[in-house]
Amino acid sequence: MEMKKSSQKKTMNILWKYLKNYWIFVLLSIMMAAVTVAGTLYVPIMIGKAIDCIVGPDQVEFRTIYDIIFRVLVIVAVTGLAQWIMNICNNLITFHVTRDIRNDAIEQIEILPLKYIDGHSYGDIVSRVIADVDQFADGLLMGFTQFFTGVITIMGTLGFMLSIHLTIALLVVCLTPISLFVARFIANHTYSMFRLQSETRGEQTALVEEMIEGQKVVKAFGYEERAQVRFDEVNDRLQKCSLRAIFYSSLTNPCTRFVNSLVYASVAFSGALTVLTGSLSVGQLSCLLSYANQSTKPFNEISGVITELQNAFACAARIFELIEETPQIPETADALSLDHVEGNVTLDHVNFSYRPDQSLIEDFNLNVEPGQRVAIVGPTGCGKTTIINLLMRFYDVDSGKICVDDRDIRQITRGSLRSSYGMVLQDTWLKTGTVRDNITMGNDSYTDEEIIAAAKEAHSWSFIKKMSNGLDTMITEDGAGMSQGQKQLLCITRVMLHLPSMLILDEATSSIDTRTEIKIQEAFAKMMEGRTSFIVAHRLSTIQNADIILVMKDGHIIEKGNHENLLQKNGFYANLYHSQFAG
Amino acid sequence: MKMMMHFLKQYKKECVLAPLFKMLEALLELFVPLVVARIIDQGIYAQDKTYIITRCLILFVLAAAGLAFSVTAQYFAAKSAVGAATAMRGKLFRHIQTFGYEEMDAAGSATLITRMTSDINQVQSGINMALRLFLRSPFVVLGAVVMAFSIDIEAALIFAVTVPLLAVVVFTVMAVTKPIYKKVQGSLDRILNITRENLSGVRVIRAFHQEQNEIDSFCAVNDELTGLQKFAGKISGLSNPLTFVIINVAIILLVYVGALRVDMGELSQGEVVALYNYMSQILVELVKFANLIVTITKALASMNRIGDVLHITPNMKEGQGSGLRIIQGEGSEQGDEPPIIEFQDVSFGYHANGEPAIQHISFRVKRGETVGIIGGTGAGKSTLINLIPRFYDVTKGTVRIRGRNIKEYTFQELRSQISVVPQKAQLFAGTIRSNLMLGCPDATEEDLEEALEISQAAEFVNTKEKGLDFVVEQGGKNLSGGQKQRLTLARALVRKSEILIMDDSASALDYATDAKLRKAIREMKGKPTVFIVSQRASSILNADQIIVLDDGEMAGIGTHEELLTSCKVYQEIYETQFMKEN
Repeated sequence: MEMKKSSQKKTMNILWKYLKNYWIFVLLSIMMAAVTVAGTLYVPIMIGKAIDCIVGPDQVEFRTIYDIIFRVLVIVAVTGLAQWIMNICNNLITFHVTRDIRNDAIEQIEILPLKYIDGHSYGDIVSRVIADVDQFADGLLMGFTQFFTGVITIMGTLGFMLSIHLTIALLVVCLTPISLFVARFIANHTYSMFRLQSETRGEQTALVEEMIEGQKVVKAFGYEERAQVRFDEVNDRLQKCSLRAIFYSSLTNPCTRFVNSLVYASVAFSGALTVLTGSLSVGQLSCLLSYANQSTKPFNEISGVITELQNAFACAARIFELIEETPQIPETADALSLDHVEGNVTLDHVNFSYRPDQSLIEDFNLNVEPGQRVAIVGPTGCGKTTIINLLMRFYDVDSGKICVDDRDIRQITRGSLRSSYGMVLQDTWLKTGTVRDNITMGNDSYTDEEIIAAAKEAHSWSFIKKMSNGLDTMITEDGAGMSQGQKQLLCITRVMLHLPSMLILDEATSSIDTRTEIKIQEAFAKMMEGRTSFIVAHRLSTIQNADIILVMKDGHIIEKGNHENLLQKNGFYANLYHSQFAG
Repeated sequence: MKMMMHFLKQYKKECVLAPLFKMLEALLELFVPLVVARIIDQGIYAQDKTYIITRCLILFVLAAAGLAFSVTAQYFAAKSAVGAATAMRGKLFRHIQTFGYEEMDAAGSATLITRMTSDINQVQSGINMALRLFLRSPFVVLGAVVMAFSIDIEAALIFAVTVPLLAVVVFTVMAVTKPIYKKVQGSLDRILNITRENLSGVRVIRAFHQEQNEIDSFCAVNDELTGLQKFAGKISGLSNPLTFVIINVAIILLVYVGALRVDMGELSQGEVVALYNYMSQILVELVKFANLIVTITKALASMNRIGDVLHITPNMKEGQGSGLRIIQGEGSEQGDEPPIIEFQDVSFGYHANGEPAIQHISFRVKRGETVGIIGGTGAGKSTLINLIPRFYDVTKGTVRIRGRNIKEYTFQELRSQISVVPQKAQLFAGTIRSNLMLGCPDATEEDLEEALEISQAAEFVNTKEKGLDFVVEQGGKNLSGGQKQRLTLARALVRKSEILIMDDSASALDYATDAKLRKAIREMKGKPTVFIVSQRASSILNADQIIVLDDGEMAGIGTHEELLTSCKVYQEIYETQFMKEN
């Protein structure tokens, strides 16, 4: 309970931070709400006066009526306009706040440590950015449209009532807030239900993502029925907790209305008795009653809004949780930008593990001279990819240090460190966009000639030029319709174009046919000339020419040397090398 | 709309009861003024305290009954809305499951995911609100009009003009905003896609220092979304002030006409008051209604998007079934047995009018043979093997399994004979065990262990703390590429199918493991017919037949020795690789 309170408070604080930017519109919205309420309360009084002028046949004061009608017309026009402006303001506030939240979310995603991203289901994060923000917007909009008008109406009518009869008005003042307490009570108890609903939704989104993304595997293995069963199970759970959340929260409205009816009955009762004592007129009583009604109606709305806001807060809490997640260690102000890289890379007593209870890389030492080629080989899971994670500073070392040109990489800006490496991974990734976008990666300074030259070098030009729009062909959703090899060639083209000072090739040619591969190797060899490079490969041919071959096993370097002396050693490497010719 | 009805059918009772109870509650509210009038007319004038007390008790009872009715209404509304949304989600998911590769390629997963989540949520709140208020409002409005006519036909004509006018406003706003809301959901699709890409491509994005560019493109789409939302808001924000203005103008007219008619002696002051009250009642209802329109319009737009998906019918027609009994490992090699797989002049293109990806492919494979497929990147290797389990339908020619056109088999019959190890090693969240049992839910412990042994995965699975119960995260994020590939292999082997297709599925394995793997498969009991797509000549060297593809066409077929002498493309591949490795 206490924890929930404090987390709600935190959510409020963050929300306030977002709203603050639009305080002018909030102010305008409140002012327009005041005008709207004044208009809507005043028009009935004017009409009442007009009706008083219509007494009976030949007893109609047309002149006064015309006068009133004219004034009402003006008031109505002004009120209508004010209402529209208010609506526009509310829309603007809501959608700008949600836009800001989403923008912050994506910015946060860009600076989250990889540990967070690797450790969370994408579906869940996506559901926060999309569905939760949406729900939040709905709640916020409803809050704005109805909250201010409600509050102002209540204040206005209470004022009128006080001017008529003090004690009865005070009775209303004391009783009406009960409905707020009821609303609050319900809201407090439904918050956890809404949160459960959001979480179950996240779970479902994750499953949907996985099954839709893996549709081809599902098909191939006839998994459709069982996927459906799993989905139905989550779906049923979602149905149950949604029903609970929606039903219990929708109790607010009837309950507060009940309280209001009680208030109304109390006013009727005490009023009628007061009339009997003679201190109140019948006309005043009916006036009090109608005002009691008018002031309690917005109370209903406000309590309805409170439930809606409750749901919105549950969603906001989830998205804020993401936004407030500790980002990667920020760069120090004096972080250096690597401009010219010689390519001297040293790893000094590096220790690292993904989980504190399982050590992986222990006391790793390596010194790479500028322009040297380092090949890393070893059985799967030995930590090859981890080394790359560390070199690129996707993860920070637990102890020890990694230096580039004698500078600890933690003192270098991430951007300049990473862009001094050209990286091709086995896991090809293409983004939605044109082929050109995927090759230039946002750097517009390259000319078509340069791009085509790079594509030719990477041997991707032959298929790019066959595509319907050449370089401008749209690639959708991770390159659907392209073969794995073609995707990999595009990734290589990227690096060929950017010509960074150092290279990381992690199984860069695993999906490419050997004829093409050989040609690419030639291009790579040319590129590696004078560039420090790290190569992870299974084809030992790629590795043979390396200056340093590291043979890794379980996070340790078990052998180190060049091809010849490793073969002489007749150890793990030699074994590996000979096995590839066994049919 | 028709579709919405379809999903609500199950909740017919609730759909009737929810608005009904809501109306009962509204009726009770109408009684309250009557009771109060009695208190004033009889209680106060007669100075009758007990009368006042009893009437006030009636007010309490009315309030309590109102509470009961409206709680009931809320319950039924929530139940049918949530129920219908759940059914819709289930149906949609089931429907997407029937999509073939072609439909999946065309639709793309991002939009399917938004439709399954965000769109259905919109529909759910739409139904919930509609059941609670959508029927009540027209009920009150019509009631007011009827009452007005019963008072004075001429004055009531103002009502007859006002109400349709209001309807026009309401429906115009809906008609104009609906397509905008559809666009809004479309932008949401794109936002979702960018978000997902930024998660899955986080390494590449950071490696190329593209964070800012990604943020910029996200912000651009986000701005577009905000613009659309604001535009829709501006228009739907008009409906409330417009109804306010229209009704107040009508009230002014009413006062004016009333004044004339009272002056002529055809109407009383009290009747004018009554008419005025009815008009205000309409206003109160419509204000509630206007707030609802946005929700309903959004729900309708989302409903359409869901409908669009439900209307996609898979192109592929499932076969009737072959009547063939398929028993694993059955059948001795007899001379007259039809080839297990036969391609007869097969051509295929991904796009109806586009260039064919492969053409004029013909070959036959006998049971138990190993077939190697080799060729350059984009030569059509994967395309070819995707035709065997009928992931795509051939454009021309026929594919036969056991002498029958594969189009005659049911999907289940066909695909249970074939195990595929796809190029992209894709695992699902769960455990190693659950992943292995994906294609074969009743595999025994021995089956799993045997498969792990053959796929060379046993070694690393055994080092995992929980062995088979090791938890695999979404997409197998916590396993290395080679580990994933071996598990996808094991997953296929568990099925013990007649035909095993390996689509370059050893690319992340080192040569030693690859060789061990092939040896283990060769030595399997009841050895399946194996297709190996590979870049490595060494992987297919010993195959019974090697199919050499070059730019979608068959450049040669035969054994390694035959091809070395007859096929130029093969010679080149082999030589480049051989030279390189020696």
